[in-house]
Amino acid sequence: MYLYIVAGLALLVSLAFSREKTIRSVKIAGRRFIRILPAFLLMIVLISIVLYLIPDEVISRYLGSDNKFTAMALASLLGSATFMPGFITFPLAGILAQKGVAYMVIAAFTTTLMMVGVLTAPIERAYFGLKVTIIRNVIGFFIALAVAIMIGLFFGEIWQ
Amino acid sequence: MKRSAILKILLIASYFIFIGVSFLMGFNPGQQIGQNFAVFSVDMLKILPGAFILIGLFEVWVKRETVERHLGEGSGFRGYLWMILLGSTAVGGLYLAFPVAYALYSKGAKLSVIFTYLSAAAICRIPMTIFEASFLGVKFTVIRWLVSLPLVIITSIVLGNYLTRRGYKVEAGE
Repeated sequence: MYLYIVAGLALLVSLAFSREKTIRSVKIAGRRFIRILPAFLLMIVLISIVLYLIPDEVISRYLGSDNKFTAMALASLLGSATFMPGFITFPLAGILAQKGVAYMVIAAFTTTLMMVGVLTAPIERAYFGLKVTIIRNVIGFFIALAVAIMIGLFFGEIWQ
Repeated sequence: MKRSAILKILLIASYFIFIGVSFLMGFNPGQQIGQNFAVFSVDMLKILPGAFILIGLFEVWVKRETVERHLGEGSGFRGYLWMILLGSTAVGGLYLAFPVAYALYSKGAKLSVIFTYLSAAAICRIPMTIFEASFLGVKFTVIRWLVSLPLVIITSIVLGNYLTRRGYKVEAGE
């Protein structure tokens, strides 16, 4: 909601200084929005299908695997391929942690969820092209793994 | 029209036909997918207009020289710190960071800086971080930041410099 407070205030301030520039900026906003809309539509279509195929219960089950390293690998793949808003992710992660799922497994899931966007690729591609989209996401995947491993080290999970 | 564009339209059309038929025939998986679609469309439509208004205002009011001086070639290390600050105030998901990154780029921000912005918008968002720390502990969050941020800046510089040397350009979105 604070987005609209900020946007509304910014529009008012802009209007106070120049009517002409404000109209121009709204036009630019509309044009940019419409241009990227097809990619957004494709992304929402992908999200709607993937969320059906990979519900929360499946994620909980895979993250709770006995072998921590298998679970971490699965968690990072699931995190890359799905999409979840933060207000669902972290309560879920908190429940998993209480159930005894290793923090490094949770880190692999939440960090790939943040950094790797297979489902947002249609939008990223429209601006950055396929090649850079792939490179950037692969880099993000490895950074997420590095985070998970360091979490494992500091939480004393790796050598257990 | 390009072949790939026609294919995309066909795919999306068949998706909607599938959803429509599912609701008519009471096919449960199709109905659930349709509901997911509705929920996420509403979520996006709540955020997108506000965000694009801000992008439009940025485009008209912010001077190119200002962006170039702080975020362009020769902006130095502070450009990356600006992007971490800006990224931490981002709303929505990564999907909104791309149009913002393009707006910065078209005003003269360099590639390594906008790559840092994209990652910062993914990993530093303040509301998300507060959520994370309250459910997983501050230690978890601090380790994640300390490990990921330096790696993000280093990889952004390497990738940005490589692509700049190759004459790479960001597109205006299809």
